[in-house]
Amino acid sequence: MNLFGFARKKPPIPSAHTAKDRLQILLAHERSSSGTAEADYLPMLQRDIVAAIRKHVPIGDKDVEVRMERGDQMSSLEINIELPAAAASKAG
Amino acid sequence: MTTEPKNTPPLGRVIVVTSGKGGVGKTTSSAAISAGLAKAGFRTVVIDFDVGLRNLDMTMGCERRVVFDFINVIQGDARLKQALIKDKRLETLFILPTSQTRDKDALTKDGVEKVLTELKTEFDYIICDSPAGIEHGAQMAMHFADEAVVVTNPEVSSVRDSDRILGLLSSQTHRAESAGAEPIKAQVLITRYDQARVDIGEMMTVTDVLEILAVPLLGVIPESKAILKASNVGTPVVLDGPSAAAQAYEDAVSRLTGTQVEMRMQGERRPGLFQRLFGRAS
Repeated sequence: MNLFGFARKKPPIPSAHTAKDRLQILLAHERSSSGTAEADYLPMLQRDIVAAIRKHVPIGDKDVEVRMERGDQMSSLEINIELPAAAASKAG
Repeated sequence: MTTEPKNTPPLGRVIVVTSGKGGVGKTTSSAAISAGLAKAGFRTVVIDFDVGLRNLDMTMGCERRVVFDFINVIQGDARLKQALIKDKRLETLFILPTSQTRDKDALTKDGVEKVLTELKTEFDYIICDSPAGIEHGAQMAMHFADEAVVVTNPEVSSVRDSDRILGLLSSQTHRAESAGAEPIKAQVLITRYDQARVDIGEMMTVTDVLEILAVPLLGVIPESKAILKASNVGTPVVLDGPSAAAQAYEDAVSRLTGTQVEMRMQGERRPGLFQRLFGRAS
């Protein structure tokens, strides 16, 4: 649409701007956890989940994966549980 | 510039120079600020809290005059007067070096308090040069502070660590633990500021850093060749001839003592066309 292609290229975001954004997001979380190691509960949560699932399905300690993604507006907790294959569970 | 020593009772203000991150300019700033205060006529002592990695003595140019140190005094092996080194340039400036051989556990809370209490009866300003990190040494340096200078580079890891230090200053110190005490007055000193890089968006601005840390600004020290030059010869930068960095430190010192000084953002002077064509004399 434009003859010289000037407008096509978006100006790159200054790296200083990225630095500030990253810091603001990170520090908002670090401050809310009052200086202690944040997300301390994640290992405990993982252990509890494993225990709860084990009541019904035999799974190993490493079959549950807990991931946290911290965002500006919202944080998400991703829990991945790998269930044993049907054959394996029969055998076990 | 040097005024006569005062005959008024000493102010006895304890100021910690801290940062969390290493290499941001704590010792350089401690040296420059204490020399600046002494130059303004205040009785000033600067204490090295970096036990085992003593460096303030070199920055101040008194490394060959160390006999007794801070740890000797704490452990009762020497009197405070014996350990204090009088600066050769300024009448009102003293240095209390630390031990190069002991470890940081030699710093006890009681010992530090005793030394500071004694210094408060003689000095207007007691500058505590903190080690990097948030371990025992850094905690001892900040524990009894009335004020804090948080040295920060406009760079993500430095700003993050400064935020952490600000948290500790407001929760783990003597003032924080004493009910009814005024909190430590913390101010940020931005060092290694490069206006040219800020202009092209490669470095966070002063406003960015202040917005994140939410504490008052004590000063902005531009990136300057004068800093290394001064440390090479063991002279605090404010005593080593005029430079943009020295001027910025002098301004910060004025603000520390309660004088309003306009914030100026001068960088190192860039060579003009004429200078670039014909080379610089110095």
